[in-house]
Amino acid sequence: MKVSLRVNGATHEVDVTPTQTLLSVLRDQLGLTGTKYGCGEGQCGACTVLIDGLPVRSCQARASLVQDKSVSTIESLESNGRLHPLQEAFLKHEAMQCGYCTPGMIMAGVGLLASTADLTDEAIVKAMDRNVCRCGTYPRIVAAIKEAAHARA
Amino acid sequence: MPEPDIELERYELFEGPRYRFEVDRRDFLKSFSTGLLVLLVVPRDGVLSAQQESGRGGGDRDRMPADVNAWLHIGEDGAVTAFTGKVELGQNIRTSLTQAIAEELKVPIAAVTLVMADTGRTPYDQGTFGSRTTPTMNLQLRKVAAAAREVLASRAAAQWNIARDAVTVKDGRVQGSGAAQSIGFGELVKNAPLVATVSEKTVLESPKDWAVAGTAVPKINGRDIVTGRHRYTSDMTPEGLLYGRIVRPPSYGATLARVDASAAEAMPGVVVVHDGNFLGVAAPTATAAGQAALAIKAEWTAGSGASARTLFTDLKRPADGNAGSPIIAGSVDEALTRGPLKVDAEYTVAYIAHAPLEPRAAVAEWQDGRVTVWTGTQRPFGVQQELVDAFHVAPDKARVIVPDTGSAYGGKHTGDAAIEAARLARAAGKPVKLVWTREEEFAWAYFRPAGVIEIHAAAQKDGVVTAWDYHNYNSGPAAIGTPYDVANQRIVFHPAQSPLRQGSYRGLAAVANHFARESHMDEVAHAAGIDPLAFRLKNLRDDRLVAVLKAATDKFGWKANATGIGLACGVEKGGYTACCVEVRVARGAVTLVRVTVAFECGAIVNPNGLNNQVEGAIIQGLGGALFEAIGFENGRLTNGHFAQYRLPRFSDVPPIDVILLDRRDLPPAGAGETPMVGLAPAIGNAIFSATGTRLRALPLVPHGLPASTNQ
Repeated sequence: MKVSLRVNGATHEVDVTPTQTLLSVLRDQLGLTGTKYGCGEGQCGACTVLIDGLPVRSCQARASLVQDKSVSTIESLESNGRLHPLQEAFLKHEAMQCGYCTPGMIMAGVGLLASTADLTDEAIVKAMDRNVCRCGTYPRIVAAIKEAAHARA
Repeated sequence: MPEPDIELERYELFEGPRYRFEVDRRDFLKSFSTGLLVLLVVPRDGVLSAQQESGRGGGDRDRMPADVNAWLHIGEDGAVTAFTGKVELGQNIRTSLTQAIAEELKVPIAAVTLVMADTGRTPYDQGTFGSRTTPTMNLQLRKVAAAAREVLASRAAAQWNIARDAVTVKDGRVQGSGAAQSIGFGELVKNAPLVATVSEKTVLESPKDWAVAGTAVPKINGRDIVTGRHRYTSDMTPEGLLYGRIVRPPSYGATLARVDASAAEAMPGVVVVHDGNFLGVAAPTATAAGQAALAIKAEWTAGSGASARTLFTDLKRPADGNAGSPIIAGSVDEALTRGPLKVDAEYTVAYIAHAPLEPRAAVAEWQDGRVTVWTGTQRPFGVQQELVDAFHVAPDKARVIVPDTGSAYGGKHTGDAAIEAARLARAAGKPVKLVWTREEEFAWAYFRPAGVIEIHAAAQKDGVVTAWDYHNYNSGPAAIGTPYDVANQRIVFHPAQSPLRQGSYRGLAAVANHFARESHMDEVAHAAGIDPLAFRLKNLRDDRLVAVLKAATDKFGWKANATGIGLACGVEKGGYTACCVEVRVARGAVTLVRVTVAFECGAIVNPNGLNNQVEGAIIQGLGGALFEAIGFENGRLTNGHFAQYRLPRFSDVPPIDVILLDRRDLPPAGAGETPMVGLAPAIGNAIFSATGTRLRALPLVPHGLPASTNQ
């Protein structure tokens, strides 16, 4: 079936199967490989994107059901060579090792920063707890999100 | 007799390569006909060579022909390119090795491009494991860069007709006296190529004088990571790419009895490959590949029926295997009889999964009978050999390239996905990408070995340990020896028939051996009625271990009679660590209140990178210590999903205080593994301190504390 997807501000007509995931369309059909496959069951958050500003597991979202919604991926954050404050904060705190979870972490963090005014450590941990970093950089990720929250304030 | 520390630790006894890649390499070397090239002529005795490493593997050195490898090139434009067979997996060696080159060559970090892990371009390397990169490759690249620096300085000095000592090298330029005598590296080699070789006389900067090494240089490709621009193997999409999918057996040991692939073969663009027990498809989209695999009707024979229920009895059955030599000192049986304090216990560790967030993946392409595979592996040259063996091709017909990879932790030594993708690509006549599903990664990779460790110890009433009788079944011999000063020892590794496929893992047996040893030392301390810290100090003679123990306990605020606290210490692979933990126990649940870890591995190459590794080792270690365990029944996994296999998450992480001791007077050692080893026993010891219950199995509390525990 044909669906029309709005991704990072551009509209794409794509041919999908009824059960095909948004993750699969992003990676295999639109070439947006910054969004990662980690588990395919919504448990690790490597595939996190924003749909209408809210963090969503793209491996659990059917592409056919996100028509007319606005999808943002990690590729949308940098504009004119300028990084998003959270990307800058990830670099500053070196909140990564292998980096495979990083795009999902950043998208979940961007969604969190947009939705919550007062970000305590506890609030960050609670919101981010479904995103896995197997390398164990969690404390640095918390520090990076806090830093970006302060930069925003 | 091979040294057991590398071979057994890996648990996969691959031979070294039998061949070299003469055709590819000569073409490659020809491309360096200008500029400066640093070569390493490998002498038969291997003194200067990175292949020294493989020499540890038992005779590899003898099989290696003397060969010439290009390690570093400086172009006429001044661009510096260095080559290493090591792999970046998140341990940040792309940055730390670049620091080593920049330091010795006196160029900015940004001037150096490091080509890693490409069997067609980089010198042979046994693999990236065992915390060997920093002690060997870092040193190697420092020597190579220093050799380049010296020939450049000498050439400039000769041009200016002044002494070598009268010139300095800085920022990619050689300076003589006055502004007129200043020349860039590129200019120096223009129209007059140079070749440098490393010699015994190559002088390195002392770590005490490091200006670039030893500092917190930011991760080199960090920007590509945070923008999602870095292409992992699984992100590659070459022209004409097909997507692969493998049809797996329902249980371990099952073999193909009958296949009906007609429905799949009728699908447009689908290629089905059935070759022995290999059954897979390639299709124009990943979705189509999944549908085609589902459409294949395959019947399998019954599998092994392996079950976790009998695991620890099974592992104690005698089996053949490389046991290595036991460590024997004094007369352990006599000392055990003498006592007077005697403590016996048995510890177990479960199989655990590496669960790298990027599952195994490969992109394979055949052209004119040559195969190129991009894949995330820790052993590019090993995987190249696997391709040679699997496809009966000449060695110069197989090339393996490893993009910086989404972690491994010891779990990506083998080339499974590479072989599978290459098999499909050969049949399809097009490039094929295969990305294992998370379920495949759990079931068909391999596990950290499970094991049983039995200890009989004796001590005097004053707490001096007099006998240490230690038997490790299947876990492995890494860090099996005790760092304590014990007169009578018998330490034996007993190989077993593992019911599950097992292999290397971060720290590997060092985690199991430290868990058993440091838990047991705690038991002996309590039997003697001595504070665990004082008890350890009484039995230790190793100054470096004492130093980390004191550093950790001072910062933690260790108090002899406090409850809910535990400590452990250890040494492995040149790294020394001590760990203190405080726990809170309530209603059957254990909460980590805080962790303090001290680590020393000689001179620190990148303090921020090291801190990241130590913190990461502790956090990953939490999983195996507290709750990670592979379940299996009737030859199948019972928890091979992230929904069922619990990994450490944000909410599991206590405050972690990392203390790094920088010993600029000592050569740097690796750090990716050893900081992990003290955590599990420190937690177990803290739980004992809180409750009086001794937990002797890893994971310690997969379902909370046992009901009988005093809480």
